[in-house]
Formats: sequence, structure tokens, C-alpha cells
Amino acid sequence: MNRLFNLLLVLGIGAAIIASFAYLGIDFGELGSARSLSQMGAYVQRFLSPDLSTGHLQAIGYGALETLAMSALGTLLAAVFGLLLALPAAGRFGWPLQSASRLVLNALRAIPEMVWATLMVLAAGLGPNAGTLALALHTTGVLGRLFAEALENTPPEPAEAIRLQGGNPVWAFCYGTLPNLLPQLLAYCLYRWENNIRMASVLGFVGAGGLGQMLYVSLSLFQEAQASTVILAMLLLVFAVDALSGWSRQRWVKA
Amino acid sequence: MLTRDNRDPAAGPRLLLSLLAIVLLWPGIRLSELDLSVLLATDSQSEMGRFVSAFWPPAHGEEFIQLLLQATLQTLAIATAGMALALLLAVPASLLASRALSLSAASRGGHPSLWAQLLRWPVRGLLIFLRSVPEIVWALLFVRAVGLGPAAGVLAIAITYSGMLGKVYAEIFESVDQRPAHALMQAGSGRLAAFCYGILPNVAAELLSYTVYRWECAIRASVVMGFVGAGGLGQQIDLSMRMFAGGEVASMLLTFFILVMLADQLSRLLRWRLA
Repeated sequence: MNRLFNLLLVLGIGAAIIASFAYLGIDFGELGSARSLSQMGAYVQRFLSPDLSTGHLQAIGYGALETLAMSALGTLLAAVFGLLLALPAAGRFGWPLQSASRLVLNALRAIPEMVWATLMVLAAGLGPNAGTLALALHTTGVLGRLFAEALENTPPEPAEAIRLQGGNPVWAFCYGTLPNLLPQLLAYCLYRWENNIRMASVLGFVGAGGLGQMLYVSLSLFQEAQASTVILAMLLLVFAVDALSGWSRQRWVKA
Repeated sequence: MLTRDNRDPAAGPRLLLSLLAIVLLWPGIRLSELDLSVLLATDSQSEMGRFVSAFWPPAHGEEFIQLLLQATLQTLAIATAGMALALLLAVPASLLASRALSLSAASRGGHPSLWAQLLRWPVRGLLIFLRSVPEIVWALLFVRAVGLGPAAGVLAIAITYSGMLGKVYAEIFESVDQRPAHALMQAGSGRLAAFCYGILPNVAAELLSYTVYRWECAIRASVVMGFVGAGGLGQQIDLSMRMFAGGEVASMLLTFFILVMLADQLSRLLRWRLA
């Protein structure tokens, strides 16, 4: 019985794959034909001589800084608003606020960054501000939920001890709850920041600033040499962030 | 006599650290042209307000539902076809890149010889390159190379996900007990046979659950890739947004949520059944 079910599942997956190719109707014969392959080869070849002139490198450096700034500020804003929303979402102020803030967090999280970016470009105009806001909005949803879970799992005794000694709730939170929570919050923020740098470098495709916008513009102008330098810069940025976050995690966030 | 001290001994360093962070962040605020007030400014608020107020009721004309259904099916098909192509590349690449099938490792206590490691580097480098360029950049490039439409999305997913799957598969092969495969290889079996009988039985469940999880990610990615013209739901969302058709955007976002939720449930079912 079990075997039969598994066999049916495997057959179903196979059928789904065949159906997908049939539905899309991609002509792989045409795609793999000598003519289109040589066209693609010629297209690739234009990327092989990246533009390394000083002026362009300076522009890229500025774009990379812009991307970094967008991601850092977006994550920071998200951490602040996420913590503000996480307090009610962890049930600190009663259940009506809890379900309301959970709804807000879920809605913020469910909409992808790209959609937020398109919306923010409509609201705030082209440029990095739209990207920062889009990252902040989506990340608030993600971090808020993670923070709320961390808050629920943190031991309540230190804060209770401060309350029993006559400290007010704010002090109890700052000196009883937060110190325990901080390493975890920091780990979540670093993890999201890492994600957001990747995201910030592509949000520009819808006009939200940073390296992505440079790439989009130079591809639209058929400046493949410039575009390939931007792609190299993106790769460098991602590698640098990976190395930095690995190092900082080892240094500051003890498991 | 003991006196109560109201001073927080850590206040000074904390204040200094905060000041330092603000000084470091200041150029960032300038660079990112951060301006929260645009969210509250009157003109953009009314603009956004009109757009958002058109969200209700979501568009539900018969023609539009047809279009929506087609776009959704296309998104699903892009993700599935992309994953299938990615697997074609990822499986052989992971076998080549993994240390688990190294003959020299089998007789050296798990550490392959120097040249065995060197020979694996080109494959590893290829996988790193494939997954380091974000899928949406690949999509943008392919839209220019093969034209607008789902083909670009399928190829972009195939390339990025083959890099990710290949790397993770290779690591999963290395993470289980190596002794069965080593014993087989030292007894003279071929590498593929050693893989099939020494490693695969231990890793099958993890491979499947990771693959299904990636399929779920591919659905989300194929929606996002639509924004650069790679077909599916994302392209339709982008079009409707550019036309300020709030109702259409609302029903497409709803469809997106339902799709993601269903994919989540389906992948849970598959993992539970097959793992």
C-alpha cells in the first residue's frame, strides 16, 4: 500500500515535469540550434572584456556604497520597527494587540521585496530611498516574527526579579530581558543583513537604486562591457559579505 | 555603609558605541537618500491612497480570471521545468565535486590527496560561480539573450539552482558515515556502485527534502523574476502595477499567497511521504 502510494507520487512528479515542459512549449531544438547558440556566444563574448576604466570603477564604487547603505539602513529600520511590533506580537499587551500585530507582520512578510520596491518606486520615486523602504518593510515582517518568537522563549525570571524589587516595566525589559535576548537578536539581524545586501543589489531592476539600477541601465543601453563590471562588483560584494558575516558570527555570536 | 547607586555602570560605553554607530551611519543615510516622510507626504499619500483603495474589490472578471489562471500555471511550470533542468546538471556536478567518492580519501582516512582536491576545484568553482550570480540577474541576461517569456525564467532557475543543489548535495554526501562507501571502494567496486549502495541509502531522505524545499523557493523566485520579463505571475503583477490597476494587483497578490501556501503544504506532504 505504502509502496503503491510512493510509486504514484513519483509517477505524478514525472508527469508534472513533462506537463510543465509541454505547457511552456519552449523550443529547445530552436534554443540549441547552431544559429541561436552562435548568437548567444556572440552575446556572451561582449561580456568578456569588462570595462575597468577609472571613471566607471568610481561609479561602481559609489553604486556599491549605495547598495551597502540601503541594506544597512533597511535592516536597521526593520530591527527597530520589528522590535516595536514584536513586543505586542509576543503577547505583552494583551491578545487583541497580539493578533493585530501578528496580522501586520504576516502581511509585511508575505509580500516579496520586489513587489514592495515597485510600490515604493511609485510612492517615493526612483532612487535608493525606495529600495531602503522596501527592504525595511519586508524585513520588519521577518525580523518582527523572529523577535517575537525569541521574546516568547526568553526566561522571564530576571525581569520578574527586577519588577519585584520595584523597578518599572521599562527598566525590567531593558535590564532583565534584553541582555539575554541581545545575542540572538543580533544574530537574526546579521543574517537578514546578509540577505538584504544580495537583495539590495537587485532591487534596482525596478528602479530602486544601487548596483542593480546600474546593471539594468547599462544592459538596456547594450553596454555589455560596463554591465559585466557591475556583475563582477556584485559578486565581490556578496563574497565580502559572506566572509565578514562568517567572521563576525564567530566573533560575537556564541552559539 | 552601603549606599544605593543609581548609576548604570555600562551607560558610558553604550552611549559612546551608539554615537560611533550614528557617526558611521551618517554617510549611509546621505547615500541612501533616506526620507521616511515620503510615506506620509500628502501628494504621494493621495496617489498611493487611490492606488491602494482600488485594491478592494479584487478584480474578478471572467477574462481576468482566465489570464490569472494561465499566469499561475506558467509560474508553476517555470519552477518545475527549471528544477528538472537544474537537477540534470546538479547531480553529476555534485558527484564530481564531493569528497565522498574520492578513492584516495578511502585509503587515507577521509582526507583526499592534494591533486584529488585540486581536480575537484574546477567543478566547485563552477558551482560557486553559478549560484553566486543572483537568479534575477541571470533572468535579466537571458531575457536579452532569448527574448521575453518563460524560457528566460526556466534557464535562470536551472543555472542558479544547479549551483545551489550541486553544492548542497556534495556536502550532504560528505556529511554521512563514509565507511560503507570506503569499504566498497577499497573492496574494488566502482565509484558509482559505491555511491548507490554506500551513500545513497543514507542520504536519500535529506536529498529529497532539500530538493522539495528548493522547488518551493523556485516558485517564489519565478514570481520575482517575472518583474524583469521572465513570464509568469510576476510579469502580470508588474504590468498591472504600471497601469495602476489596484484590483488586478490585489487579486494577483492573493493568488501568489495561495500558491505559496499550497506549495508549502505540498512540500510538507512530499517530505513526510518520501522522507
